[in-house]
Amino acid sequence: MQTKHIPQSSILYLNGVSVSFDGFKALNSLSLDLKPGELRAIIGPNGAGKTTMMDVITGKTRPDEGDVIFNNSIDLTQHDEAAIANMGVGRKFQKPTVIESLTVFENLELALAGGRGVIASLFHKLQTKQRERIDEILTLVDLTQRANEQAGALSHGQKQWLEIGMLLIQEPELLLIDEPAAGMTDVETEKTAELFKEVSQKHSLVVVEHDMDFVRALECKVTVLHEGRVLAEGSLDQVQKNEQVIEVYLGR
Amino acid sequence: MKLGPVTQFLMNDRAGKYLLSILLAVAVLVPLMNLTVPEGSALHVSTYTLTLLGKYLCYALLALAVDLIWGYCGILSLGHGAFFALGGYAMGMYLMRQIGERGVYGNPLLPDFMVFLNWQELPWYWSGFNNFFFAMVMVALVPGFLAFVFGWLAFRSRVTGVYLSIITQALTYALMLAFFRNDMGFGGNNGLTDFKDLLGFNLQSDSTRAVLFFSSAVALMLGYILCRSIVLSKLGRILISVRDAEARTRFLGYRVDKFKLFVFVVSSVLAGIAGALYVPQVGIINPGEFSPINSIEIIIWVAVGGRGTLYGAIVGAVLVNYAKTYFTAAFPELWLFFLGALFVISTLYLPRGVVGLAADLLEKRRSLGAGGGASVQAEPETPVESPQAAVADDSKSSKESEIELSTN
Repeated sequence: MQTKHIPQSSILYLNGVSVSFDGFKALNSLSLDLKPGELRAIIGPNGAGKTTMMDVITGKTRPDEGDVIFNNSIDLTQHDEAAIANMGVGRKFQKPTVIESLTVFENLELALAGGRGVIASLFHKLQTKQRERIDEILTLVDLTQRANEQAGALSHGQKQWLEIGMLLIQEPELLLIDEPAAGMTDVETEKTAELFKEVSQKHSLVVVEHDMDFVRALECKVTVLHEGRVLAEGSLDQVQKNEQVIEVYLGR
Repeated sequence: MKLGPVTQFLMNDRAGKYLLSILLAVAVLVPLMNLTVPEGSALHVSTYTLTLLGKYLCYALLALAVDLIWGYCGILSLGHGAFFALGGYAMGMYLMRQIGERGVYGNPLLPDFMVFLNWQELPWYWSGFNNFFFAMVMVALVPGFLAFVFGWLAFRSRVTGVYLSIITQALTYALMLAFFRNDMGFGGNNGLTDFKDLLGFNLQSDSTRAVLFFSSAVALMLGYILCRSIVLSKLGRILISVRDAEARTRFLGYRVDKFKLFVFVVSSVLAGIAGALYVPQVGIINPGEFSPINSIEIIIWVAVGGRGTLYGAIVGAVLVNYAKTYFTAAFPELWLFFLGALFVISTLYLPRGVVGLAADLLEKRRSLGAGGGASVQAEPETPVESPQAAVADDSKSSKESEIELSTN
């Protein structure tokens, strides 16, 4: 066994991660280092491997090679989705995925940190403290008024917010968010960026996004992916001036 | 999503209370009308009718079991007849052992078909079945165990949608072929029949039949209460979450396979109990009960009644089986066409089944009444339309998720 260099105090550390599907290299020796409490935006053209990267981190896809280390010590490639979620990695899908036939409140109740076992759920009773926590999140994502409506009746933007609320209520250390601004109005986009900046005080966030205005509003370090690897890293202004990035994005 | 008052009422537990009251009344009145009301009276219930209704109650329990997994967790089992039949066989084996020396060949130990096959001793898996308590444990244990092994393999490998339906269908078909074989030791083609008595009570007597009827009604009530409490618990909401957004549930940290396994086993045990109550009332269990078409019929009962409501499954089972009794007697050659048409109609026009239709009709009547009372403009139309549109929307989305499931 060769000794691996793991930088001290990183919440998420990817080193040389490769994934291929039928010969197509979705991730090609991808490396990424995220500090605790960091907010990071990931951009890149379609097929750059953004979603595959999320799949690898959350245990949906096993990498062919490479390390995925969470919290300096946990090798995420050895665990499944449920285990990784319970370790404190929350994931928001590209398409808003809430449980449509349950109410907004019930959606949050299911996401609430706590027992995940079969028998525990059968005899579960909501504590006052948990109820307060749900109310808190409802206020944060601005859905208090609609708490008892079915989640399927929410607007697209509200579903996105509910899903974000469902992530936050799990109190994850690391949040992975796939295209949160898709289908949102400008006002909603602005509010979402504000929310993320607030959230990043307590959690680490990785946000995958296409919307450059949104990324700018996040005011954070940006990683550009292309063909499964990191093309550039730095502030948005820096990467936008990068020749290679311009080439990839504008196709020159 | 705001639901109209009637829909809400039907979705509420009050519907369950009505159902339980009706079942209790039926459980008490029908046997009384059979035993105490003299024949010839208009209120007399014949033993034939009593047995027929008892059969419906067993089917209703079976439908309830299927609705628990299909309606709430999205597991479309096309092999639930297998669990029903296994429970039935366990009961049948007990009843066979009770015949003793009264069989045609008079062998005190071996059932007739074994004597006929020249078997010298009882196969090991028949031992213990002379004990009623042991047999009753097996009624729950055998289907439960099979469901556990099958479900553990299927759900852990994430077999879902159409693929799961196909392998459940294969399961029941394989069991049917196995039970048809004489050397399996379950009576082959003929199955188990010629039962004499249960716990010493003659199965042909009216009072035994009345007790069996009563037991079936009570089992159905208890089954409903059990399913209802599962559905109302947090576990029930997790099941719905698995049905609507399986991946989301997994990323919330729930082990989806374990929840599916739990509910699948509970459902199979209920199906087994239904089968055990069915066999002494109809007097026979044979491999035909495993036939794939039986399992598909159960799905039709639930779809016609209204999926995901529990009481809808009960209503559907009774309605469709009543229709079956009527049609197979009046127009025997038309029954299968009728069944097919029923499935098409309920899928296309009654996505929420008969109980959903009833809810909509009551809603409409209520709103018309309200419209007549309030002479203010055409305003009442709007709040009336919206819940229905919402409901229609809901059923559409559940249909969509079904399609999504099947294409995965």
